Amino acid sequence: MQSLRLRSALLSTLILLTLLGVWYLATATGSVAAPAANLTPEQLEYARMMGKDPGVSKSGGFPTPAQMGATVWGHLSNPFYDNGPNDKGIAIQLAHSLGRVALGFLLACGVAIPLGFAIGMSPLLHRALDPFIQVLKPISPLAWMPLALYTIKDSSVSGIFVIFICSVWPMLVNTAFGVASVRRDWLNVAATLEVSPLRKAFLVILPAAAPTILTGMRISMGIAWLVIVAAEMLVGGTGIGYFVWNEWNNLSLTNVMFAILVIGLVGMGLDLLFGRLQKAVTYVE
Amino acid sequence: MTPYFDPYDADRPLMLKCSCGREHTVAEHQQEVASAQAAATLRARSETAEFEAYSNEFIEATLVKALFPQDAVRRRFLRAVGKGAAMSAIASVLPVASLQAMAQEKGALEKKELKIGFIPITCATPLIMAHPLGFYSKQGLSVEVTKTAGWALIRDKMLNKEYDATHFLSPMPLAMSLGIGSTAAAMNVATIQNTNGQAITLALKHKDKRNPKDWKGFKFAVPFEFSMHNFLLRYYVAEHGLNPDTDIQIRVLPPPEMVANLRAGNIDGFLGPDPFNQRAVYEEVGFIHLLTKELWNGHPCCAFGTSTEFIQKNPNTFAALYRAVLTAAAMARKAENRELIAKVIAPAQYLNQPEVVLSQVLTGKFADGLGGIQNVPDRADFDPMPWQSMAVWMLTQMQRWGYIKGDVNYKQIAEKVFLLTDAKKHMKALDQKVPDGAYPKFKVMGREFDPAQAAEYARSFPIRKTT
Repeated sequence: MQSLRLRSALLSTLILLTLLGVWYLATATGSVAAPAANLTPEQLEYARMMGKDPGVSKSGGFPTPAQMGATVWGHLSNPFYDNGPNDKGIAIQLAHSLGRVALGFLLACGVAIPLGFAIGMSPLLHRALDPFIQVLKPISPLAWMPLALYTIKDSSVSGIFVIFICSVWPMLVNTAFGVASVRRDWLNVAATLEVSPLRKAFLVILPAAAPTILTGMRISMGIAWLVIVAAEMLVGGTGIGYFVWNEWNNLSLTNVMFAILVIGLVGMGLDLLFGRLQKAVTYVE
Repeated sequence: MTPYFDPYDADRPLMLKCSCGREHTVAEHQQEVASAQAAATLRARSETAEFEAYSNEFIEATLVKALFPQDAVRRRFLRAVGKGAAMSAIASVLPVASLQAMAQEKGALEKKELKIGFIPITCATPLIMAHPLGFYSKQGLSVEVTKTAGWALIRDKMLNKEYDATHFLSPMPLAMSLGIGSTAAAMNVATIQNTNGQAITLALKHKDKRNPKDWKGFKFAVPFEFSMHNFLLRYYVAEHGLNPDTDIQIRVLPPPEMVANLRAGNIDGFLGPDPFNQRAVYEEVGFIHLLTKELWNGHPCCAFGTSTEFIQKNPNTFAALYRAVLTAAAMARKAENRELIAKVIAPAQYLNQPEVVLSQVLTGKFADGLGGIQNVPDRADFDPMPWQSMAVWMLTQMQRWGYIKGDVNYKQIAEKVFLLTDAKKHMKALDQKVPDGAYPKFKVMGREFDPAQAAEYARSFPIRKTT
């Protein structure tokens, strides 16, 4: 067990180093600027207009690992600056995004878990609501956006609504499934002991279905974090998605890659968090 | 203090990074300092008595010019009623009253905290630069200029009243007021933001296909359906015998995506706003085929506008806003300010573009992408007059391409949306002879447009949508 963990860590590092090496080699050759010798003044000016001043590196193009490192350091060393509504530090942007995700996600929990319970307990409701769930589940967040903007008439609420509507389905389906597949024996025992319905729900069904419900929440959280970037790119203003959009405006691949990295790491962090929670409620029969 | 390191300064730590003590590269620091310096210089220039006089006169002159597009009429009117009567007639109207009085006679502001949206393109220059240069705060307004992701969102945020005023594409308020492409909401164009300043950019692989007749099957991008870009591109290819609906494909793409798509080969070219034309050249993926100035010199592009409701509820605030934007326009029109303006609007919170790209757009001395340097000082200009004949032309094109079905009362719509009518109403109340309106004629690709014959004009094109 110990050696497996060690070996896998070693392999991961090896893959990372290989990727960095390939990246370094791929970008090393392209960035050498032509020497500015024997050019007419006009050609020199043209070169300047094209951003090829001798000594000045152009912002566009694929960055080298060193440039990437400098950008990452630049963002991380000053994460809280605030230059007005259109330019904020990365930590502030992340906080905005996480706040939106949290709100949308909590709303989704508030709807999906009780409703999922009801659907799981009642085969009638399950059959009746199933077509709606199946139709609404696969809709992309971006498709909801125009409708939300038109009806809600407020762009930040629309963003939260889109997170809500996209993260509600996996939770709903999983909760319903978890509740429906609680072992018959346990329910029968509860029935013989004449446990009140409320006690039955909280003391028998909820603990039994908890692992499945948390799986649903984990999937939903992943989806909410996926959706936030798209929603913020569309609505703009603040957040990590807006950051990506703004840097895309400037065609700055370095900053976009930095944002991708941050999105990935935060997503992983959220997933780990739910992984822990899931472990905490898992039981062995 | 040297811009780089200052080893002999007793009051600052010597760090082998930026000497201002903050964590950023020296280049970034210099850019920040340059931008702040440029803003300071421009602000100082805007505060000279000379500029204030110039700006006052500029605003008044543009308004008088708008009322009397034909100079002969202006002279006749002035001779007939005398200078004093004419001035008081013009002074009594909104927004002229508060404009002419400038510093004096300002009414109490109804609303001081405003949100204004913009798209990060050079068209929005006056509206943006008014922020760092303090023109809004000088009028007692606390304005937040907010970068917005696309034109559809600008439209929705205006309909939602999240923005108090905004940067528009000039045909948008027409379409919105008519309820085309959205629910109908009365919108107004207060000023035109910019004239000229757009271009057709083609992918480098098409550098031998300069004749539009060879463009059959090309894919082009424009920023929005209701945009001068769309209308001009359609006009241009149709004049060369191509039907824009069947012979080429026109897609709506946000400007930043245009360069990326051009690089990927998804589109063959675009008629887009600057700085993205110049950016395509800078990125070495495209070349400038022609400036839209060559199609229609002095054509409007973007506008500064708000809803009719906002103006009615907040007339004094609107007048203050109008003054701030017009002052900025007066400043932006002067060629000597253009380099500095490029520095002021380049940082991340405004356009987020390399300064060298912006200064080429604004000064008109630019690399064309084919190895040549062109010098076109009026490549971009900021003439603020919302001529109603421009609105009529846009309506004829909307009719021509099937965005409006049936007959159009051109004058009525143009006068409702493009704000000059108030001036005329007030003149009538004062028993002044009302000039016929702001309908100067102009030429589009060599053909004269007469706003009085708009319906015939719209029908006269052999290539149009017939349904």
